[in-house]
Amino acid sequence: MKFRIGLTLLALIAAAGLAAPWLGSEAFEPDLFNRYAAPSAAHWLGTDDLGRDVLARLFFGARVSLAVGLGAAMLAMVVGTAAGLLAAWSGGLADASVMRLADALLALPALPLLVVLSAIDPGVVGLPRGEAGADIIRIATILALFGWVGVARLVRAGALSVLAMDYVRSARALGVSESRLLWRHVLPALVPPVAVATALAVGGAILAESALSFLGLGIAPPAASWGNMLAGAQEAVFQAPLVALWPGLAILLAVLGCSLVADGLSRRP
Amino acid sequence: MSRAAQIALTTAALSFIFYMLLGLMPGDPIDLAIMADPRLTAEDAARLRTLHGLDQPLLTRYLAWAGAVLRGEFGFSRLFARPVAALLWPALLSTLALLGWAILIAAGLGVALGVLAALRPRAAPAVQGVALLAQAMPGFWLGIMLIVVFAVWLGWLPAGGAESWGALILPVATLAFGQMAAYARHAAAAMEAALREPWVRSARARGASEGRVAWHHALPNAAVPLLTLLGLDAGALVSGAVITETLFARPGMGKLIFDAIMGNDYNLALLALLVIALVTMLGGWGADLAQRALDPRLR
Repeated sequence: MKFRIGLTLLALIAAAGLAAPWLGSEAFEPDLFNRYAAPSAAHWLGTDDLGRDVLARLFFGARVSLAVGLGAAMLAMVVGTAAGLLAAWSGGLADASVMRLADALLALPALPLLVVLSAIDPGVVGLPRGEAGADIIRIATILALFGWVGVARLVRAGALSVLAMDYVRSARALGVSESRLLWRHVLPALVPPVAVATALAVGGAILAESALSFLGLGIAPPAASWGNMLAGAQEAVFQAPLVALWPGLAILLAVLGCSLVADGLSRRP
Repeated sequence: MSRAAQIALTTAALSFIFYMLLGLMPGDPIDLAIMADPRLTAEDAARLRTLHGLDQPLLTRYLAWAGAVLRGEFGFSRLFARPVAALLWPALLSTLALLGWAILIAAGLGVALGVLAALRPRAAPAVQGVALLAQAMPGFWLGIMLIVVFAVWLGWLPAGGAESWGALILPVATLAFGQMAAYARHAAAAMEAALREPWVRSARARGASEGRVAWHHALPNAAVPLLTLLGLDAGALVSGAVITETLFARPGMGKLIFDAIMGNDYNLALLALLVIALVTMLGGWGADLAQRALDPRLR
């Protein structure tokens, strides 16, 4: 039940993202004679500080949130699974160093570090500057830098118990190579916990992206992101209090969808 | 390796990483000086760079800086034109006040909700719902909504600043609400587990009232794992404080770090980041020590 509600929420948000281009260019065309318009037939949720349609911008924001969320979570999943598997399989120094690094990252306040990382001039490290697509890749990469830790710890714990199981030991005794052992015998057993961790990571990345964009360090305007829409709305909180309502509600529903999906996945047999 | 040594080593490593990262940020102080004063010539710029050692390689500059900090010379803030130490101390106190109140309220309310869910199964779905919602809600959005309701519509509380005690209420509520969720869920799970233990059954058999069983027998045992949560969440809490302070324009560490990075104030940003990371790690360590003091099995 919970799983279905979560999946429906995410599907609706994905549909909104896909439908965004059909709403035309309302999302990016300022109309300064029509600032902070109240909701009407032409603008269902009213207009923002530059007279742009809030609903259309929400739809475009869905693309950014999902792209960053999925991108960061996939990257975190791949890196985390590899690191956790390596730690559990090799043990010793590699295990200790991966886990100490993970502990150190967990003990640190992520947001101030994300602020530093986002403030770096992308040109210096050889990335294109100032395009929305490049911003999405940059933010997803930065978030994955912190996101892999949770996946790695789960995978390590799971892999340690699987590696000690009889079927793995008998596969080893039969002469299966180590890489095949990890790929064909250990990894499939770890799919359920990794799926849960990845679903949670999508929600976490959506929240973190909105926080960074809210601070002005994530997706730069005029591209629409729920976080930067909130930043614009906060400045006008006394003139148009309700403009701030919608982007936050969208973030809430997206993250809630991810948590419900993760919850449902963890209860499946 | 002892925990203190681990923290010292992490701090040293972080200082190096931060220094290199800040070196990647656009524009050095001399670029900014040129922007501020167009009469500066190229020769002046070169002379200033040599004077301040900015023509040296990054590594040399880092070593010089680290040496000065170890001697207790923290230098000056470019943005505020004051010694860094004089800026950091009040900001740290402001942040600690915010964090302290938020932890107190989040843990108090969260544990109360969790205990309620464990003792009254009919209330459990509602508590779970609140926890799920609180965890999915972006803290800064909750903050904006609280400003809309209590500052704009009702006019009861200020929308920001730090002049009065009233200015603390909305930021604390914003920060505490998100943190409360984790406490409620873990408290409920820990209480349910504790209530199934044999010593709870024997307390009931001796005739202890349900209230006494819950508060004197089950809760103290359920509380120990909550301290682990407090230690693990120190980083998330400090992250939340950064964004809450920015939102409510509170002069704490979060706002100081943000302003310093945006204003290219390297010296201030570097030390403020190190202090906040250090405080977070010490908080985690403190939670571990408290847990050990309370639970003899962990010693």
